[in-house]
Amino acid sequence: MTPTEGPAGEVVLRLDGITKRFGGLVANDAISLTLRAGEVVALLGENGAGKTTLMNILFGHYLADQGSVTVFGKPLPPGQPRAALQAGVGMVHQHFTLADNLTVLENIRLGTEPLLSFRGAGAARARVLALAQDFGLAVHPDARLGSLSVGERQRIEILKALYRNARILILDEPTAVLTPQESDALFATLKKATARGLSIIFISHKLQEVMAVADRCIVLRQGRVVGEVETRGTSRAGLAAMMVGETLAEAKVAPGPGGPVRLRLAEVSAPGLHRVSLELRGGTITGLAGVSGNGQAALADLIGGALAPLSGRIEVDGNRPSGAWTPQAAIGAGVGRIPEDRHKTGTVADFTLAENTALETYRSRFARRGVMDWRAVRAHARAVIDGYDVRCEGPDQRIRLLSGGNMQKLILGRVMEEAPGILIANQPVRGLDVGAIAYVHARLVAARDAGAAVLLISEDLDEITGLSDVIHVISAGRLSRGFARGELTQAGIGLLMAGQGFEHAA
Amino acid sequence: MRLEPIAHPGLARRLGPPAAAIVATVLVAALLAALAGANPFAVLGQIVTGAVGSRFAALETLNRATPLIFTGLAVAVAFRARLWNIGAEAQLYAGAIIAVLLGTGALGSPFVLPVSALVAMLAGACILLVPVLLKVRLGVDEVVTTLLFNFIMVLIVSYLLEGPMKDPMGMGWPKSAALIKEARLPRIVEGVRLHWGFGLALISAVLVWLIQTRTTLGFEMRAVGQNIRAARFAGMPVNAVLVKTALLSGGLAALAGWSEVAGLKGHLSSDLSPGFGYTGIIVAMLALLHPLGVVVSALFVAGIFVGSDAMSRAAGVPTYIADMLLAVALLFMVLAILLTRFRVVRG
Repeated sequence: MTPTEGPAGEVVLRLDGITKRFGGLVANDAISLTLRAGEVVALLGENGAGKTTLMNILFGHYLADQGSVTVFGKPLPPGQPRAALQAGVGMVHQHFTLADNLTVLENIRLGTEPLLSFRGAGAARARVLALAQDFGLAVHPDARLGSLSVGERQRIEILKALYRNARILILDEPTAVLTPQESDALFATLKKATARGLSIIFISHKLQEVMAVADRCIVLRQGRVVGEVETRGTSRAGLAAMMVGETLAEAKVAPGPGGPVRLRLAEVSAPGLHRVSLELRGGTITGLAGVSGNGQAALADLIGGALAPLSGRIEVDGNRPSGAWTPQAAIGAGVGRIPEDRHKTGTVADFTLAENTALETYRSRFARRGVMDWRAVRAHARAVIDGYDVRCEGPDQRIRLLSGGNMQKLILGRVMEEAPGILIANQPVRGLDVGAIAYVHARLVAARDAGAAVLLISEDLDEITGLSDVIHVISAGRLSRGFARGELTQAGIGLLMAGQGFEHAA
Repeated sequence: MRLEPIAHPGLARRLGPPAAAIVATVLVAALLAALAGANPFAVLGQIVTGAVGSRFAALETLNRATPLIFTGLAVAVAFRARLWNIGAEAQLYAGAIIAVLLGTGALGSPFVLPVSALVAMLAGACILLVPVLLKVRLGVDEVVTTLLFNFIMVLIVSYLLEGPMKDPMGMGWPKSAALIKEARLPRIVEGVRLHWGFGLALISAVLVWLIQTRTTLGFEMRAVGQNIRAARFAGMPVNAVLVKTALLSGGLAALAGWSEVAGLKGHLSSDLSPGFGYTGIIVAMLALLHPLGVVVSALFVAGIFVGSDAMSRAAGVPTYIADMLLAVALLFMVLAILLTRFRVVRG
């Protein structure tokens, strides 16, 4: 195979002024991006920054409202998924699209050639082996996919794209599923690929990887390109600073009244968390900032009882829990939990609103000797619907049909009606519209003013700084000390998010 | 083409597709009969008269429906919690074995009936408990393990019937000794060939319905089935719920075998069940896993079987037509139910 493109450095992909709106939400706001032959460009940004939307537009899954895509000098017709593939753009998804029961060779040919014809099988095998040799992707073409490791499967995905003559590879968070060794092998493969003139877009939010792999880095924030920088001329802290933005947002609310320590973690380790110490005080919103995937989910699960600690101590109101630390124990100890994913963990889609409000408390509040009191459940649901402005048809409607904002208000009401002493709000406003965001925030502040210890976990730094009385930064499972309102600077938070300045290094 | 959920299906939307499914099933049945060289209308008519056309036929249908209600309930309970119990056949035979063990003189009246029913349920529950514990503890897929138990149990039954349980007066036939009179389920009305197993099945259906809709366990079983992650997050004891579901499901399936022996046959033979355990899956699916719906669909399925037997004798069309009819009915009905909640959209 000979490279078909011109001299290195030529622009192979150009996105020009891409704008995409979903209702009132601007997912992509006039995003422009160029990719040159032989270059690795990292696309850095939090969840919801617009990376996925942008790639879906490139691949024709979405129609852009404005803007154009040009591949190898030719404009790409919008809204045609095949066009991008035929133009030589290949995507390696985070979740692989391979069939377990087929062999490596069959998987690679699947979708492009008839598998049952013997003609071409030999040629295909030779080509796969040649490509594998070229790019240093050790594979056995006759191995069953089901017997391969995750790292090997990813190699097959890359090989599949190469087999289809991709000259531009897009990797969506490729290291999220890999071990460190597998990641290193992947980076070596990418170096070989760019040496052969391929161009790569590398989507990630791991700063050190971006520094290691990319030539250039484009930072997205709230649908906009907020910075573009050569990685040679910057540092992890510099990238973090770009993600953080120019200035820290001012606090939007008055300081909380404060109060006694309600929850204390002392040197707690758990899968994804390394000797975390944390105090949540009543009448205080404690904000948890950090690049996503650094242990936020584990911390929320730990406090919520879904994750048991391996070592260290948990204290609620000064007492250690008597039995095992489970969701029931946490709920019983007065921990209210607003989960990160309201569809997958927060609600049961085919249950009614009433049933969903009773999910956590059906035994303690709504049952006598194992018999449900549905009248009480419905009455309670009506109170939640009225008290938390849930727009719906009534308690007997299936929750599946509610908008995200109304679903979240229902979860909020379900939690708040228990008057929790400790409230864990994990990404409470992700994906909500402006009105619902303001509503949820106001409720969190009201809970704080009523004396609850609130832990606010968010990837949106403005949300954290706008609401929190105390801010911790989490990085690679380690937690910084708490910083009082106004104590933390933009540069300081950037350094911590980049993993620098922690008291005990890993 | 893709499916789009309908927020508020109207009456036509809710009744139209199932009605169309019934019509389509009848048309396919007519086609099959014509292919077999018979008059389609005559065949259909004979199936209906064969199932409900006389007092004898109707009672036969009710008797045939009894084990199907039990296995249908067993499957419906388990599937509702996404516990894929394909092994109702094995649990059925466990119940049948207990009926013989305790009913051939080991226990005297008046306790023999209730005690043997309870022990039979326990035995069926234990049979299902093994795959469920393997699933909960080790993540072993219960579809495979429950299915394999069916073959194990069939072999155990034929061993028992050739060996320790063989009726010494049976002239060499592989069947067990007959149950004593006190261990037999009485008839509902004297002189009518319908035993109390049918009554017990109806009561079970109502009880299962009450459990599912009125109790915390039912709430948990439905939550675990529909979103196990949310159930776990909410603090539900997911593993305990699965185990309790297994106990209930296995117990119900065991009653199918127990009532066939204690109510109908009076002894155990290896042809006790013509696949009641598997047919229970069809019954449950046709009923959309609704416990009261199970009664209706079990009557429908039993009617088709009994009616086809009669039709076959009269018209000479093979009884396999019953199996094909059920398969077709199931496919159409599943599709129809989908169409009551979703509309097909182009593009």
